[in-house]
Amino acid sequence: MLNRKTAPEITDAVKFQLNLPPHQKISLRNGVEVYLVDMGTVDTLMMNVVFYAGNCFESENLVAAAANFMLKSGTRSKNAYEINDFFEYYGAYLNRQSGHETAELTLHCMKKHFAELLPVVSELIADSIFPEDELAIYKKNMQQRLQVNLRKNDFIAGRLIDTYLFGPNHPYGRYSSIEDYDALNITGIKEFYNKFYLGGRCVIFIAGPLPADIQKLIDANFGGLPLGGSVKPDSAPAKIVPVTEKKYRITNDPDSVQGAIRIARNFPNRHHPDFQKMQVLNNIFGGFFGSRLMANIREDKGYTYGIHSYLTNLIQESALMISTEAGKDVTEETIREVYLEMKNLCEEPVTEEELKTTKNFMIGTLLGDLDGPFQVSGRWKSLILNDLTEDYFYRGIETIKNIQSTDLQELANKYLKAADFYELAVF
Amino acid sequence: MHINYNKFTLKNGLRFIVHEDHSTPMAVLNVLYDVGARDEDPGKTGFAHLFEHLMFGGSVNIKDFEGPLLMAGGENNAFTTNDLTNYYIQLPAENIETACWLESDRMLSLSFSERSLDVQRKVVCEEFKEHYINRPYGDVAFKLRELAYKQHPYRWMTIGQELSHIENAKLADVKAFFFKHYCPANAIVVMAGNIQTDKALALAEKWFGNIPAGEKYIRQLPAEPKQEAARVLEVKADVPLDALYKAFHVGSRTDKSYYAMDLIGELLGGGGSSRLYQTLVKEKKLFSNIECYHFGSSDPGLLLIEGKLIRGTSMKTADQAIGEELEKLKSKVIGEKELMKVKNKTESAILFEDMSLMNRASNLAMYELMGDVAFMNTELDKYLEVTTGDIRDLSASIFDEKNSNSLFYYSNN
Repeated sequence: MLNRKTAPEITDAVKFQLNLPPHQKISLRNGVEVYLVDMGTVDTLMMNVVFYAGNCFESENLVAAAANFMLKSGTRSKNAYEINDFFEYYGAYLNRQSGHETAELTLHCMKKHFAELLPVVSELIADSIFPEDELAIYKKNMQQRLQVNLRKNDFIAGRLIDTYLFGPNHPYGRYSSIEDYDALNITGIKEFYNKFYLGGRCVIFIAGPLPADIQKLIDANFGGLPLGGSVKPDSAPAKIVPVTEKKYRITNDPDSVQGAIRIARNFPNRHHPDFQKMQVLNNIFGGFFGSRLMANIREDKGYTYGIHSYLTNLIQESALMISTEAGKDVTEETIREVYLEMKNLCEEPVTEEELKTTKNFMIGTLLGDLDGPFQVSGRWKSLILNDLTEDYFYRGIETIKNIQSTDLQELANKYLKAADFYELAVF
Repeated sequence: MHINYNKFTLKNGLRFIVHEDHSTPMAVLNVLYDVGARDEDPGKTGFAHLFEHLMFGGSVNIKDFEGPLLMAGGENNAFTTNDLTNYYIQLPAENIETACWLESDRMLSLSFSERSLDVQRKVVCEEFKEHYINRPYGDVAFKLRELAYKQHPYRWMTIGQELSHIENAKLADVKAFFFKHYCPANAIVVMAGNIQTDKALALAEKWFGNIPAGEKYIRQLPAEPKQEAARVLEVKADVPLDALYKAFHVGSRTDKSYYAMDLIGELLGGGGSSRLYQTLVKEKKLFSNIECYHFGSSDPGLLLIEGKLIRGTSMKTADQAIGEELEKLKSKVIGEKELMKVKNKTESAILFEDMSLMNRASNLAMYELMGDVAFMNTELDKYLEVTTGDIRDLSASIFDEKNSNSLFYYSNN
């Protein structure tokens, strides 16, 4: 008779050897660094072309995002339609992303078309012309999108909490307005492009089962570009000036049925010795479906569809953020329960059972997160852009495997004190 | 890319498929139940999805589903559509038996706790609010379904037609639903990843083999009568911009027209070089965004077009401009190169989708549900067979005015 009451034997995930598969680094003639991750069984490739051209480097709001977006808006030989048609004909995806520190072009394509696509990626980087009418369309469409987003409590909450944490003038805390879009102009965008794309630092990551002549291909397409090489733009990080007032209740939509909640505090970046330990504590606190916040506020009280906590992915400084949307009538109770969970972590040590479960879960999912060339390349990219080495990755694993509940309690008492948190609900 | 698999049927009728991939350290257990929102009672909508939530509230022999899975280094989730309910677990391959233990016990029976039902009713109500009430244009999908379907149960949303249906769910309903749908006769299990087929089969027989077969559910849904006249619904709401939605009836996922229909959607709305985007957003500047999509539903479905109007554009102008683009597809054969583009995009999309072990596992289950797991490897060929003539002929039949459902959604600001 099958015993369904008892769990089958398992191998503790903490016993697994996790390895970050290696990359190969090459430098092109112009100094551009290229990181190759050559692995994978499916004939697809991913290439990230990263520039230090995020909004930290702009002097007018939204210029960095507009310059990044408009890399697909026209070159001297191709208009926007022809560019889109070209990539789409090959079933390739060329996406743009603009963040705080960096901005990227990301190519996903079938391996068999890679060589044909590269010259046009290179052309966009070196030869974009930023047509006036394309900017006009971009401004209008982004303003309309913003008008819709401004009606969502969750969107408002996301903007405001960053402003509280970093100050309204810091690139992390600054947000867009209809007027900022009006003020965008081609001159400013071209200046930004010239300085931070053509003259800026470029780092390239390529992953997948790479073609044998990859080095030749990359050098031929990117090695001759007049890029700024390996030097980072010399811009001192902006000063972070958190606001003084800690508690906010904002009315955005009188008819809303939920409150969008953010509870957050400033937190050091990845170079701080507590960062990786905090990732373990955060996992227990609100980092995944089985976390304490979820178990209490969703699975026990049913106040929300989901509640999460996380360390934000920023280079200069991070933040510990708790985010949820809860029924309007239970918003205040939800906030109280969040603080209660913090207090519990400060006062009661995490049990050995919960700690072991957390460790196994974190290592098991990390094993899954490293599964495939794009994931591995993504890990390397994160390390390199944060000025970290391989060693950081392995230290992270050791931290998960060795951390004790006394360490976690100490950490909770250092970082989970209600008084240190900004608290916001948008109705 | 050819996806390898072996298919078995256990003695209790459970269909079991194994896909080996030794390039990964992980394994996936995917359990698909052949039940979705279309199988609900019209007075108790949202039930299949609410039920999905209850599947995490403990089973007959295992009080806590989540804890042992985390201990085994695993993660899991589930989703419900109008057609089906799908559960998946991914974990280190060494621990695959834990996944079998957990999934087989909840196929055997749930613990049916009143407390779990209480909580999950509230959670689903918050999900309803978060996705459909507390956001601008949140009610559009409800209105479009009700406009396009008069008989077929696709007329309601997976989340449920209204909050009260969820609020009124009773434990007796939960039990009845479970025993009707959650049994080996109505399930497909896929095990994928770093596993050996013979060992996988032995595990399946050990954990799933002795669950009573249950009764095969024979679906008898009212067919949607052919639409005979254009339908228009006008709505005024507190939103910042006017928006336009159009829905056209199309064939089912297994209909031979599916591939051409999917390509038509791509021609119209897939990406920056698509027809609607290039003409209506970029050239005529009538919309700030426009999309074309479908759900690939098991019963005859909808092809939808939606966009937000540039302030100052009249609804009539916007609607006519869409009509002109559809007319072009109906009257003129598209170029071979444009057809090749959407076929290449499809080839690429399939390849990227199949990179993920989790996707491969759930797709194998879905193709088996469609009729035969083997379809997974012949899918691309069916797209490649579509001709420019097929596109024109099918466009002519889909974009017939009488087959159209238009929702004019006006801003009252």
